[in-house]
Amino acid sequence: MSVLIYVNHVNGNIKKSTFETACYAHRVAQLAGAGEVIALSLGTVSESDLAALGNCGVSRVLSDTNPVFNRFDSGAHTKALAVAANAVNASVVVLSHNSSGKAIAPRLSVRLQAGLVSAATELPQVSGSGFTVRKSVFSGKAFADYSINTPVKIISLNPNSYPVTRGNGTAAVETFNSGVSAADVKVKVIETKSLSDTIPLPEAELVVSAGRGMKGPENWGMIEELASILGAATACSRPVADVHWRPHHEHVGQTGITIRPNLYIAIGISGAIQHLAGVSNSKVIVVINKDAEAPFFKAADYGIIGDAFEVVPKLTQALKEFKSQNA
Amino acid sequence: MKLLVCISKTPDTTAKIAFTDNNSRFDTNGVTFIMNPTDEWYALVRAIEIKEQLGGSVTVINVGPKDNETVVIHKALAIGADDAVRIDADPGDAFFVASQIAAYAKDQQYDLIFTGKETIDYNGSNIGGMVAELLDLPYISLANHLEIAGNTATITREIEGGLEVLEVNTPFVISAQKGMAEQRIPNMRGIMTARSKPLKVVPPVPVAAYTTIAYYELPPQRKEVKLIDPEHPEELVKLLHEQAKVI
Ligand SMILES: Cc1cc2nc3c(=O)[nH]c(=O)nc-3n(C[C@H](O)[C@H](O)[C@H](O)COP(=O)(O)OP(=O)(O)OC[C@H]3O[C@@H](n4cnc5c(N)ncnc54)[C@H](O)[C@@H]3O)c2cc1C
Repeated sequence: MSVLIYVNHVNGNIKKSTFETACYAHRVAQLAGAGEVIALSLGTVSESDLAALGNCGVSRVLSDTNPVFNRFDSGAHTKALAVAANAVNASVVVLSHNSSGKAIAPRLSVRLQAGLVSAATELPQVSGSGFTVRKSVFSGKAFADYSINTPVKIISLNPNSYPVTRGNGTAAVETFNSGVSAADVKVKVIETKSLSDTIPLPEAELVVSAGRGMKGPENWGMIEELASILGAATACSRPVADVHWRPHHEHVGQTGITIRPNLYIAIGISGAIQHLAGVSNSKVIVVINKDAEAPFFKAADYGIIGDAFEVVPKLTQALKEFKSQNA
Repeated sequence: MKLLVCISKTPDTTAKIAFTDNNSRFDTNGVTFIMNPTDEWYALVRAIEIKEQLGGSVTVINVGPKDNETVVIHKALAIGADDAVRIDADPGDAFFVASQIAAYAKDQQYDLIFTGKETIDYNGSNIGGMVAELLDLPYISLANHLEIAGNTATITREIEGGLEVLEVNTPFVISAQKGMAEQRIPNMRGIMTARSKPLKVVPPVPVAAYTTIAYYELPPQRKEVKLIDPEHPEELVKLLHEQAKVI
């Protein structure tokens, strides 16, 4: 028996989410008495990078370096994962609930006839044959505990839900042939575009977000400056993306992206229920709004009642001083 | 082009979320239901636009009880779908719903099957991938742009930290998100004709419950907000560092 994880990498760079799933899987294996944690890597990743997954408790990495995997096809990646899951007799498979996980996990659930809980936020409760996983539902307005009734279980873990703690183990890297061929790849990737040099929003630990209170796109310079001092990603409310002040991929909320960073700073955002739905699971929320009655203050940990055009530059200055003292 | 759009019923975005029966069931008391926003705004509208451009038909499919005809199906027909299928069952988990859709679609030769990126109630993002695997079709998730020429589609989709442009041949399954299309408000003529459009009711196929929901819980209430003097944002920096320990 074993717990299998999927190595998520972009051009050979292993994503932080993979380390989250590795640490999570390590704990799941202990809780469920499920043996060792094994990782499957598809495409080209350096052996030393793969061996470093041992830091999070992975004992072996199966590496299928067939170049067909360097372009993402959900069907081909699913097929390889299913072959690996059977080869290592996996009783649990863990993926990240990010864009690749969302494409693979549901396919794998069908292929392995294994119940899937997606967007899991906590470790499973295991008792006898019972296996229950908590996930966020109603766009962050509630949690639900799902029992998985099948022998093999699949969990896709919400990004930023499980801490990465590194030891100093080393995983053994083994060559693996999943039997997937070019004929299994149905999509032809034309190009990939990196959205920005900054941190991708879904995995960001710190987020600075702004709304209609900023009055126009020309005023986002101060938001970007604050974000860059913090090393934070930028986000926005829906109307701001709708009128193209900011790109669509920054839209957070019930109909945008759901995020749960360690710190969410909301500037000039009223805190409508649909906005809160996507951000309320953030660990710490700061609200800056000139209206003391703005509903967002009810969902905040810290608040500043004031004009963003005055408060934000002062806050940025204070952070600069803090950073220079703590550098 | 023969297009199928999977539509789901969800609580309205402002609905109060509460539970009954020892927190084992969602309390629908006083809740207004709507068509899941990404299904309506992006999947359905883009399917209708493609039909308008290339000809063909748009069918919507919903797994759910009879009420769903008035709550979601009529609206989809009013916006511009040509006909509808309702699988007459209470939707169980994602695998149950996907199995019903796949069982119906199997012999229908759809060129394209759409879903929204995820529902706003169970937030799984599962149906599209499951339907694709059940029908052995390519699955393109989280797409924000789709163009079709002949039997080749060019799609932009979200990947980690970026976007990917890809080509794929029909038939395939696609999940649609923001950028795909703009919301359409049904017009009077649409609303008038919706009731006379064909609606087929199909019995469900038997499917095992892979997962069941045992318990619901509301998140803990946040403590009262701590207000900081706008003249002294360095206080906030200090609290974020020393108290909240997030910077
Ligand atoms: C079905 C549906 C789905 C939706 N999904 C989403 C979603 O996913 N995400 C989302 O964000 N919204 C969503 N909405 C929209 C939501 O209801 C709100 O309309 C939206 O969040 C408001 O955005 P806002 O806070 O930027 O703007 P507003 O509500 O206009 O608020 C602007 C705020 O800025 C403050 N302000 C103004 N000037 C200043 C200043 N100089 N300094 C400081 N503060 C200032 C004001 O006091 C106000 O509180 C959805 C709505 C519906 C119906």
